[in-house]
Amino acid sequence: MPTNMLLVPGRSKQQGTTLNKGKLKADYQQVTSTVEMSQEDMQHLGFSEGDRLRLSNAIGEAIVTCTAGTGLPAGMLFIPYGPQSSQLMESDTAGSGMPLSKHLAVDVEKISSIQPVT
Amino acid sequence: MSANINVIKNATCTFCGCVCDDMILSVDEEAKRIIKSKNACVLGRAWFAEHTIDEAAPAALIDGQPASLDEAIEQAAQTLARARFPIIYGLSDTTCEAQRQAVAIADISRGNIDTTTSVCHGPSGLAFQGVGESTMTLGEVKNRADLVIYWGGNPAESHPRHFGRYAVTAKGMFTPKGKKDRTVVVVDVRKTPSAPAANHFVQVKPGKDFELLWALRALLKGRSLAENIEAITGVSQQVMQMLVEMMRNCRYGVLFFGMGLTMTRGRHFNSGALLALATDLNEYTHFVAKPVRGHGNVTGADNVLSWQTGYPFGVNFSRGFPRFNPGEFTTVDVLAKQDADAALIIASDPAANFPRAAIDHLSNIPVICLDTKETLTSRLAHVAFRTATYGINTTGTVYRMDDVPITLRKVYDSPFPTDEEILTAIKQRVQELVQARSESSHIVRRADADEQMTAAMP
Repeated sequence: MPTNMLLVPGRSKQQGTTLNKGKLKADYQQVTSTVEMSQEDMQHLGFSEGDRLRLSNAIGEAIVTCTAGTGLPAGMLFIPYGPQSSQLMESDTAGSGMPLSKHLAVDVEKISSIQPVT
Repeated sequence: MSANINVIKNATCTFCGCVCDDMILSVDEEAKRIIKSKNACVLGRAWFAEHTIDEAAPAALIDGQPASLDEAIEQAAQTLARARFPIIYGLSDTTCEAQRQAVAIADISRGNIDTTTSVCHGPSGLAFQGVGESTMTLGEVKNRADLVIYWGGNPAESHPRHFGRYAVTAKGMFTPKGKKDRTVVVVDVRKTPSAPAANHFVQVKPGKDFELLWALRALLKGRSLAENIEAITGVSQQVMQMLVEMMRNCRYGVLFFGMGLTMTRGRHFNSGALLALATDLNEYTHFVAKPVRGHGNVTGADNVLSWQTGYPFGVNFSRGFPRFNPGEFTTVDVLAKQDADAALIIASDPAANFPRAAIDHLSNIPVICLDTKETLTSRLAHVAFRTATYGINTTGTVYRMDDVPITLRKVYDSPFPTDEEILTAIKQRVQELVQARSESSHIVRRADADEQMTAAMP
């Protein structure tokens, strides 16, 4: 049963450094496909480090890897900006030009406990 | 490593909006690599270290096949001149000189021009127009600020030298002890890596920044707050009162704000509330506000568009004069609504960062792309140019996030042309094509008129 959580895409140092290597490189792809969740939420939901999760909403879905993050309140996820977070952004800008790019409500479910071979 | 190491002093890092211009770069001239970047932060070190030149890469591709620059410029110009709604987008990672050429192309082709500002601090731009900006330079902050508040941003990761060079530990004329002379507050929805740098971390509930800012304004004006304000914002009245006292009693306060305000529900209302709070505080002390800008010359893009068109982003020339309308002429909208029929993308990767509907339309129209590396956008481009990197392989002008212009120092040569050179060539050819079309339609109209007159004659 998917759990509804709040996704906050944002900048991270790793995202910034791997961006310079190239957005098409594996390092950048991996960083921007890794979602952080609080240790407590992971325990509560039965997720482990490296689990593959599906994040989905009415716009689209993203397949990401789960890792424990710090400083996150219950129910909040953090992901470095990138192609995966863009999959969940709606295009309606409400007349502002800016699509809502943070605080995205997403359904979270585990799809696999095995890390992909990179 | 070769023996031919050249040291370049006072070079500029253009990775982020801090535009630090105190870099000391050691350049291996033979290998064409920067092997050491003294004074750079972790992001700057990666920016310089990862900058390599693939001399085997073609300077231009047409539909994925190597092409000469002349052929690619002709294809690009033909595409733009033929289009009924060409759009130009990106521009935040190139020089002001290149940005000027892009504005001229939009004007000549009666197209649409927008920058990454529209998906960054565009809402703050709207708030500036509505509320105004109590502004400053980062030098003033370094020398004078004794209260620094970061709201909805994480500079420890996105602008690592913001703390040390400008706002937190920097020692200035009236802040000789650096951090000890300042109070630092971080307001955010999560405890980011920036929080440990602060004296106070205030955790606001997601999507409640406007409510918290408005509550602070109310307290400042001596109004009482609703009893449930803590339940709404996640911040107690006691903490709000403490913030208001700190702000009212500081000597020089500054509110730096990030995309935690602009990318969330409320958008320009959030930025506007923060700017209004800064304005209110000037009844008591000196208070300023400034968005923390992301890309190296996104501030320059705002400036160039403003002085050339009168508007900072989302500008349309289809009627022959500039019109500004975010939501209509901003790039996510013109793509998602399928208005655009050709795109010129400069130093940006919307195919990686935009919402799906916008990317889908971008994939269905001819795209011309200028970038220093292969990207998802260059991969889908009809015409792709590989250009020299600004601040490393080119000189030019960029604007720091506080609107201070900085001249770039070239570090070493690139075999690839600059954005400015390519855009200037495209502009000239588009001008010729548009003029030829105009003359030929004039001739057709004259011929039609002559024919009608002949037919009307007895």
